[in-house]
This record gives sequence, C-alpha cells and structure tokens, in this order.
Amino acid sequence: MHTNLAVFYLFALAAVVGAAGVPMSKNIFWSAMGLLSALVGVGGLYVLLSADFLAVTQLLVYIGGVLVLIIFAVMLTSQIKEIEVSNQNVGLVSGAILFALTGTLLSFIAIWAPWKVVLRPESHETSAAIGNGLLGTWLLPFEVASVVLLATLIGAIVVARKEIKDD
Amino acid sequence: MTEMMGHLSLSHFLVVGGLLFCFGLMTVLTRRNAVAMLMGIELILNGANVNLVAFNYYVAGGLSGQIFALFVIVLAAAEAAVGLAIILAIYQMIRSIDTANIASLRQ
Repeated sequence: MHTNLAVFYLFALAAVVGAAGVPMSKNIFWSAMGLLSALVGVGGLYVLLSADFLAVTQLLVYIGGVLVLIIFAVMLTSQIKEIEVSNQNVGLVSGAILFALTGTLLSFIAIWAPWKVVLRPESHETSAAIGNGLLGTWLLPFEVASVVLLATLIGAIVVARKEIKDD
Repeated sequence: MTEMMGHLSLSHFLVVGGLLFCFGLMTVLTRRNAVAMLMGIELILNGANVNLVAFNYYVAGGLSGQIFALFVIVLAAAEAAVGLAIILAIYQMIRSIDTANIASLRQ
C-alpha cells in the first residue's frame, strides 16, 4: 500500500507541477511542456485507479494527438523569441487570488465531505468490458461520437485551409 | 482527515483533480494567447476526468465513469482540432492570436 502512495505522489506531483507551469511560464512552449507533464501525470493516476484502457487512451489521444496539435499551433502562430508577444499575461495577481480561493474551496470539499466510499476487491483489466459496453449499453453515444468526429474532421479542414480565390 | 495520512483514498484524487481544474481556470482567465487558453481548457477537462474516474473507482463501481471519461477525451480532441483550426484561420487573417486584437466584429 505504501508503494501505491509513493507512486501516487510521484504522478500527482508531475500533474500539479506541470499544470502550474501552464499559466505561469513566460514562454508558451514551456506552457506546452507543462501540459505534457500534467497529461502524463493524469495518465499515471488512471493506472492507479485501475483504468488501464483509459490510461492508454490518454497517452495515445492526448499526448500523441492533442499535444502534438497544440505544439504545431504554437510553432505556426507565435514568435517564440519575442516572449512578450508570444505569451502575455494579464492580471496574474488576480489569477493567483482566484486560484487560492477556488483551490481552497475544492480541497476543503474533497477532504472533509463524507463521501460514501464502497470498498471493493481489486479490479481486473477493463478493455474487454469497455468494448462490450460500447457495443451494447453505450451504443448510441458511441455512434454519435463517431458522427461528431466526422463533423470535426470536415469542419477543421474547411476552416483551416487557405481559400483560393479566382480574382 | 485521518485517512488522508494512512493510505490512498478518494480525497487524494479529488484534490489533484481540483488543483488541475483551478490551474486550468487560471490559465483561461489570465492568458491572452488563444492557444494558451485552449491549453487551459484541456487542463480543466483533465481535472474533471480525474474526478470521474476516481468516483467510478471508489463510489460508483462498474465502468460508467470510465466510459464517460472516454467520451470526454473524444470531445476534447474534437474541440482541440476545431479550436486550433479557428485560431490558425484568425492568424492568417490578422497575423495575431492575442485575444485582445480579435475585435473586428466590434466595428
């Protein structure tokens, strides 16, 4: 159990420190690296919560897809050398105050609320059950998600392409 | 509070999820770079996902929380793709992604 706790603190530290780097770093590329650390940490927490399929999905979709996309956008849009241009910050003080308030409130609730925790035996691998669920109980959301992804694909291409005008 | 010291509990994960949410909120509210704001949204969604999976493991049981988190990941990927496409289109138009400069509809 104590190794579990040590692993938890390792991944939680990676997640929280990385997440802290996203609003605070001066260079937007380091913000993206902080996001990388946060996503890896969250993936590790999924493993601790015995959500193995979700952890792999996190690695594949978030780190392999979304993060690469974000870094591409960073490279394409911002002049990284000009720090002030690339990552301006407004009201870091008010942001810190907001963070202190919401963070205290959420942590207070998380620690002192009487959650109805049910103790269960160690769970087993989930991918087979998730596959069955996606083709059974959650078939409709699964199909809707595929339609949403198709619409996203077309929409992103249409929005981002350069228009060729005749004149 | 006493179980916070001993071994891993639901509260540990909820605190991490809450902190991720707060940092995401701070990013969205204080950044003027549109790409950085998208990063904040990803952080918020990840915080929500940690909470979903933690509640699934400690309270609800079954798989519904994990499947919900899976759909959140799908929608986050879709949102990131469309959002970045819009940002790139804006950048091609006005050569800036500072949200203060994107005000041409105001005139």
